[in-house]
This record gives sequence, structure tokens and C-alpha cells, in this order.
Amino acid sequence: MPALPDGERVPDDGALPAWVGHPGGGVPVAGRSSAFGVYLHVPFCSVRCGYCDFNTYTASELGGGASQASYATTALREIDLAAGVLRDAHLPEREVTTVFVGGGTPTMLPAGDLARMLDGVRGAWGLASGAEVTTEANPDSVSPESLAELAAAGFTRVSFGMQSAVPHVLATLERTHEPERIPDVVRWARDAGLKVSLDLIYGTPGESLDDWRTSLETALATGVDHVSAYALVVEQGTKMAAQVRRGQIALPSDDDQATKYELADELLTAAGLTWYEVSNWARTDDDRCRHNLAYWRGDDWWGVGPGAHSYVAATAEQDGPVEHAGVRWWNVKHPRRYAALLEDGRSPGAGRELLTPDEAHLERVMLGVRLREGLDLALLSAGGRHAVAGLVASGLLDGRAAVTGRALLTLRGRLLADTVVRALTQG
Amino acid sequence: MSPIPSADLSTRIQPAATPPELIRNFCIIAHIDHGKSTLADRMLQLTGVVEPRAMRAQYLDRMDIERERGITIKSQAVRMPWGTHEVEGGPVVPHALNMIDTPGHVDFTYEVSRSLAACEGAVLLVDAAQGIEAQTLANLYLAMENELEIIPVLNKIDLPAAQPEKYAEEIAKLVGGDPEDVLRVSGKTGEGVEVLLDRIVERVPAPTGDADAPARAMIFDSVYDTYRGVVTYVRVIDGSLNPRERIVMMSTRATHELLEIGVISPEPIVTKGLGVGEVGYLITGVKDVRQSKVGDTVTNMAKPASEALSGYSDPKPMVFSGLYPVDGSDYPTLRDALDKLKLNDAALNYEPETSVALGFGFRVGFLGLLHLEIVRERLEREFDLDLISTAPNVVYDVTLEDGTPVKVTNPSEFPGGKIKTVSEPIVRATILAPSEFVGTVMSLCNDRRGQMNGMDYLSEDRVELRFTLPLAEIVFDFFDQLKSRTRGYASLDYEPSGDQVAELVKVDILLQGDQVDAFSAIVHKDKAYDYGVMMTAKLKEIIPRQQFEVPIQAAVGARVIARETVRAMRKDVLAKCYGGDISRKRKLLEKQKEGKKRMKNIGSVEVPKDAFIAALSSDGVGGKETKDKKK
Repeated sequence: MPALPDGERVPDDGALPAWVGHPGGGVPVAGRSSAFGVYLHVPFCSVRCGYCDFNTYTASELGGGASQASYATTALREIDLAAGVLRDAHLPEREVTTVFVGGGTPTMLPAGDLARMLDGVRGAWGLASGAEVTTEANPDSVSPESLAELAAAGFTRVSFGMQSAVPHVLATLERTHEPERIPDVVRWARDAGLKVSLDLIYGTPGESLDDWRTSLETALATGVDHVSAYALVVEQGTKMAAQVRRGQIALPSDDDQATKYELADELLTAAGLTWYEVSNWARTDDDRCRHNLAYWRGDDWWGVGPGAHSYVAATAEQDGPVEHAGVRWWNVKHPRRYAALLEDGRSPGAGRELLTPDEAHLERVMLGVRLREGLDLALLSAGGRHAVAGLVASGLLDGRAAVTGRALLTLRGRLLADTVVRALTQG
Repeated sequence: MSPIPSADLSTRIQPAATPPELIRNFCIIAHIDHGKSTLADRMLQLTGVVEPRAMRAQYLDRMDIERERGITIKSQAVRMPWGTHEVEGGPVVPHALNMIDTPGHVDFTYEVSRSLAACEGAVLLVDAAQGIEAQTLANLYLAMENELEIIPVLNKIDLPAAQPEKYAEEIAKLVGGDPEDVLRVSGKTGEGVEVLLDRIVERVPAPTGDADAPARAMIFDSVYDTYRGVVTYVRVIDGSLNPRERIVMMSTRATHELLEIGVISPEPIVTKGLGVGEVGYLITGVKDVRQSKVGDTVTNMAKPASEALSGYSDPKPMVFSGLYPVDGSDYPTLRDALDKLKLNDAALNYEPETSVALGFGFRVGFLGLLHLEIVRERLEREFDLDLISTAPNVVYDVTLEDGTPVKVTNPSEFPGGKIKTVSEPIVRATILAPSEFVGTVMSLCNDRRGQMNGMDYLSEDRVELRFTLPLAEIVFDFFDQLKSRTRGYASLDYEPSGDQVAELVKVDILLQGDQVDAFSAIVHKDKAYDYGVMMTAKLKEIIPRQQFEVPIQAAVGARVIARETVRAMRKDVLAKCYGGDISRKRKLLEKQKEGKKRMKNIGSVEVPKDAFIAALSSDGVGGKETKDKKK
């Protein structure tokens, strides 16, 4: 995770602004979803990959007060705090509809610890029936037994960081797993009753188009129902960025990544997986990741763990002109400081931003347009609606969808989504 | 006994009452960083006109911009008392020295010539570690033509790298005389400066005007002051000027009342007038330096002179450039700012113009590239403007087939129809360089359509080369090239030398078929291809990829001579966008949207204004010879 945004201070008790909720339960804002997600961050990895800018630490990087062994206990403290904060904010009571455990490498923790954290969520809010509970996993840190244990604890879905099937690409990414394991771990997960997603990365320095084709075909050969494919972004501060700076490896080019995206869409679609978000493909609607959909739809979520972000939209109708549309905050990054704050009974929040209606609108367009379900044109400003015809003409928005009142990206538009968002949010 | 005259002696050199034989008017001819201001500082101290505690470095360089860039744009005249023993052991004779500062740059040759005309002598100041430079040489020749007494001086003799013997010989050869006569001083330590002041009294002739003739005073500088209006610096040639009388500017016949008259020493001191041979200032209440022009003759309305002093001419802009505000809403601010600068700059002229690419702005005429840079910098600094300036160009006289003359100050106005001839300004250029670079300099001038007029060895290892060159070639990158190819050793001076007919064509630059007027250039037909290739390549680097392919073409008329393509952008989206990415991603988009405001549309191509600035600056402009560049 890159540097945290600038923001105002989060109160010591983590209290949300009064305008978020409404005493007495509140009048829900029209059209507001009742979904509520919980993200649980596990900031541990056995090694740090060269491209990774996530907030994660290897055992040797961490000292006292933040050990892997005590992490679940610390996270449970934040869940307790969260339950209190939301209760005090006078938000409508909701069960948790999705849980996503990400990292780092969540499966660095014993399955029992993950189960304990999930129990904490259950205890705090309750899990809705049919809730989606996902964990990320490294192919080399799972076994048939650990996957079965996760399923037994209530996990419904596992997302494997496969990245590539090609050894030299994995080596550049400094991934340690053996690509041969992929079909096995997918089978074990399915045998355990879990839905499975495979994460892939394209555009790694040195990766040829054929390498990428191999990775896609290997992933599809497992019969997987969900694939996420991400263009490699070399983030500042990573080891890979330093290698690029020193000229040791060449930065992946946009053109190369565009070609690889098009190949991914072609092969995945041919195999029966349809895109439902710019970087995500699923076999059926039920195979989509509901937790991630909640991000893109602007639903509420609480992120537990160091560096995790959370978001709560204003629930109640506000008197007078609306000044704030939602609040987003983020926790301190370092696990040790995170643990210390919680032990002290304080919120681990490092900063927050109170979104203006304009900012919330930009986010809504930016996120909503990434989805295959598209964006309701009625949400757009006059300037944004005015831009639609031009975007259709330049092949970035789907013409038929526009006629029915939705902004839906074409294949070309998916690659140029930033251009589309800027046009749709112009004044 | 102190060389500063006692109070008693000083009564003999009071302004308006100093006999001409006690007056010495001199200037200092020097290259910009050869230490003129520092030497002046020492003179101010030694003559006691500035008290030690009031002293500051480069005392006379009033404007911030001058002090920071280390160049003196506006001359000033400082009156200093100095006593000498005319006879060994005899009584001290007091003298009034008027030091007239001269601008040090090629753009201001006319102002230099007027400053020289106000003096009887010139101190030729040369850095003992560097030797004479081309501009100094040019001004020296000018001073010699004006029959000024030249006092050669080597400065900075305290420097370890000083080679006084070598350069004394070089100077002696130039001015005639014995190397032993070349004084050696250090403006920094003050060494030798007293001797120099004595030498000025001894050698510089006293002025020889007719005290009883009708007043004739020559304006050698004119400065606008916010509080006082225009302050006019004059040298009285004949007669005298007195407070409250009405004066006439002989070129315009305009009359003004003399509200104030005085001398600078070095702060203004009101006097009872200015007598024959004296130097001082006038205030008449006019608000525009155009009403008080350098070179004009001031006379008395009641008793006017019949003939003006010779040598007056109007400043003529040689180089034009379009100035545009980066933010279009700053246009009125730019207009007001130019109006204000004009009050203090008789050479500045401008007309509104519009550009498809850059919007509303002005076509501004300048004396030269330094003048352009100074004006631009003052606009940006004093008026807080963000400006784009187009590549500077010269004035072309185009004659159409049917004989119609067309004056072109902006390449985009170059006529498209049948053209009979195009004529361009040329200059006589003098280049001084170490002899090892003779070949390099000759090849550069040859590339730039130069014709060699002659070459002389100043010393064993330094050569003076003389060329006739099109001004347009000098305006385009010449100075930077000269400096870089001679490792900084060559120096350049030039002066206008009429016009010549040449085979010139206009090269247009097209983005996706749309002409970008700001990039059009008039070049020699043999250079059209080079310009086209250079400009299209440069634009390819700085125009961001668009949703579609953008061809960049260079064309002469309908003929395309060079082409590059900016390939279509295929991907701009970050592939990953989850909970922790949203704030960052939104801020990125907000920044991009803000960036859009700094975009100009050429047809459907969005070009960042910064790209225009990048394409129009650097290579386009040369001739920056300021101290900051050498740091």
C-alpha cells in the first residue's frame, strides 16, 4: 500500500461524524444499499515480493507486540471497537453481507486464527444468511486440510494469488510458489466446497505475449469460475521501482499491457467467463465477488487491520444543503503501532476525509463505470451527459446501453476508463 | 592630505557653479562580469559620497532585476569630488567627476552611444583573467570613434588566474600605447583605484562647451519613477539649465516646465541648475519616457538653440515575439503590465494579436534577445504573470508579384500567394575567440549563412572575426551554439547593417491537419527541412498520446516536408481499484481534471500549455548573456 492519504485526525474513540447517522434509526437515503462489508487485513508474508506495495511485513521485520501469534487477538479488539462506533453513530442495524480477508498472505496465519476473526465478526454484527466470506491465499501456503478447516469455519470463497504460470515471470515477481501446484490447490479448494478465484498479473518485465497466453490458459484449464487480471503497476518505493530506476529492468509499456488485456478478455470470454468489472471476469453472476462489488457500488465497509481503509456513507437525510456525503478513514500502517493503539483502547485510525457531494459523485462515477452493469446516466451532471454522445462516437461507451440510459464501457473504453470518467464528470 | 576635497575647497565645485576645467565626465566600458559595479562601489567609497556604513554591493544597480542578474540596464550618472595635486607638492585642486554608467549589452548599443556622447573619457575595464570581450571591443571602437580619451585598466589583479602582462599587451595593441600605461586595479580590494581616479583627472579632457550659447543638453537616459514621473539624465553641452524655466524637447518641440533639477551623488541632490559641461537630472512631471527620449536635445524655450545635437534616432525594434498569458483570463493583466513597462522603456512596442493555439496575446517588438528576456522576466516577476512567448523572429519585407509591399512581424502573417522577393535584416557581427576555435566559429557562421569580412589577431592566441550574418540566424540559437562550441570562450557583438534579399520560405506545423500558428517559422529554403524535422520530432516528444493517432507534419505551402506520428493512447486505467485505492484514485482524477485546464485544443488534439512552452523555449532563444548563466 502506498503512503496513506492526507486527512484530518480521527478522534481517539474512532467516533464517526454526527451527520453519518440519525438518532432513532434514521430515515435511509433513497436508494441506499443495506450491504455492509468487513475487510480483514493480514499484514504478514513469508517474503516480500519485489513489486508489492501492500502493507505487509515479514516475520523478521516485526518485533514485539505485533507478532503473528497475537494478531488475531488484536484484530478482534478493532472489531469490538467498530461495533461500538457504528452503534453510537445511530446507523441502521445491519448484518454483515460480505467478508474479505486480504493481505499480505492471510494463510500465513493458522486457519484457526482466521476462523477466530470470522467468529468475531459474527459476534459483533451477525453474518447475513448466504454471506460471502473470502480469503486470499498463496498457492504454497494451503493444504487440503487447511482449506477444509476454512470451509468449516464459514469461509465460502478463496482467491489464489497465482500471478503467472511461467517460471521466469514468477521469478521476476519474486513469487515463491511452484506453478505446478495451481491445479491441485484449485481442486482442493473446490473439494472443500469453496468457490475459487485466480489472480493473475500481466505486463511483468520480460513477459512475452505467449507467456501471458500460457498463464491464462493454465488458469482456465483448472475450470476456475472467477479470474482477476491486473496490469503490473510499478509503485514508488518498491524494490521493483528501484530496479527500474537503476535500469536493471524495463518498465512495462502501456501498449504491451493493452494488448495483454485484450488477449485476456478474448481468452476468458471464449472460456465462458464474462467481464463484470474492468479487471474481473466470472462465469455467472453468482461467481462474482460480492465484496468487491460493494466497493464499486459505494456501499459501506469497515476495514480491520493496519493500513486498512473504511467507508461509511451518510445515511440520514440531512437538514439544509448537504455538506458531506460520506466519511472514509484509514488505519495506521505499522502493525506494532496498530496493536499499541488498540491495547490502549484507542482507535487505530490515522486520518480521515469527509467527502463532499462533489467528491462522492466523482467516486461514484469512477467506480460505477468500471462495472458491466454500467452507470445510470441520470446520475450525471449536465456536462457529463453532454459528453456521452462523443464517447459513444469515439467507441468508448456502448451505444445501445447509452440509449437505455446507462454508461457502459466498450472493450476500448475499459482500457481508457480514466478518459471516460474525466469526460463524464466535466462541469 | 586626503584626496577628498575639504569643505572649503568644495565650494569651488558646487553644482551649477563649477568651472568646466574642474569637471571630468567619464564612463566605464566593460564586459558584464568584468567588475564594473564593484569598481564603482570603491570609487563611491574613496570619494566619500557613500559612507562606509551605507555601503552595499553594486550600489548603483537600483532595480532588483539588475542586481540579481548582474547586468546594468539603466545608466546613471554619479557626481564625485576628487582632489589632486596638479603640481608635485602644490595645492590640492578639487574636481567634480561625473561617472556615467553604460549598459553592457549588444541590445542597447544606441543607449551606449548616447552615454559615450556625454563623456570626454572612458575607462576601458578588462578582467585581468579573461581579456577583452567582443562587446567591450565594440564599445571601445565606438568610444574611439567619438574621440574619447581611453584609460585602459586591468581589473581583478587579485585573482590567482590573472595574467596582467598578457592582457596589458593585448589592450595596448588595441588602444595604442605602452603596456606599462595600462593601470592595474582590484575593485574588490580597492588596490589601484586612487591612482585610477588621479589618472582620470589627469587624462580626461575637461568639457569645452560654450557657456554663453543657448542651452543644449543631451538626454542620455530617461527613467520612469512611480513617485516622481520621468527622471531625465542630461549632459549640458552648451549654456545652462535653471530651475522653473520652460524647456523644449527639440525632436518633438514639446515644452515642459523644469520642476526639479539636480545631480546624483549618488542620491539625488537638488541644485540651482546645471552649468555647461555638467551632468545631472531633470524632472518635468511627464509620465512616459517617450516624452523624454534618449538622444534628444533639451533647450530653453525663452532662448532656444537653433540646431539640435547630432546623433538622435528613434529606437527600432529588431526582434519580435508573441507574448501570451498561460491563463487566458490574465490577458487584461498582461495589457496593463505592458502599458506600465512601456512608461519606462522607450524601445518597447506591442500590438494585440490572437493565435489559434495560444489565444489572446501581444506581438511585442524588442531591441534584441536580452531585451526580450528582461521584459518577459519583469512581466512575470513584477506582475505575477505566467507567460508563453513564441520563438523570436525578425521583421521581413515581402514584395508580392504585383509589387505590393508587406511587412511581416509574425511568421503566421507571411503571405501565401505569389511572392517576388523577401528581404531580411542583416547584422555586422564581431566574434572574439581563442585562435584554436577559428575553424569552429567559421563553420558555425557558414552554417548560419554568414559572410566573412575579415579576421585579426588581437594577440598570439586571440582572434577577432568579422561576419555579416542574417539577424534571424543570430536570433535562433546562435549565441548558445557559439558558446557551447567554443567551451564558453567566444564572445559576440553585432550591430544592424541593413537588409538583404534571401530565399526564405515559411514552414508551417500541422497537428492532425490543423495548422499551429505559434510554430510557424520563416527560414531559408535550405533550412526548411531541418526545421521541419527538428520541430516535428520535438513535438512528438511533448504532445501526450491522445485517444487517436495524431500526425504532426511540417509543410512549406501545400508540400509536406517532415512527418511524425503520436500513436494513439491505448490504456490509461489503473487495473486495480479496491477499498484502499479509492481515495488515491479519486485524487489522481481530480488532479488530471485540474490539468485539463492547462490544455489547449488544436482541433481535437489536446496539447498541454507546458508543451507549448517547452517547444517554444530553449532551442528557440539564444543570446542570454547574463551572469546567472555562468554560475
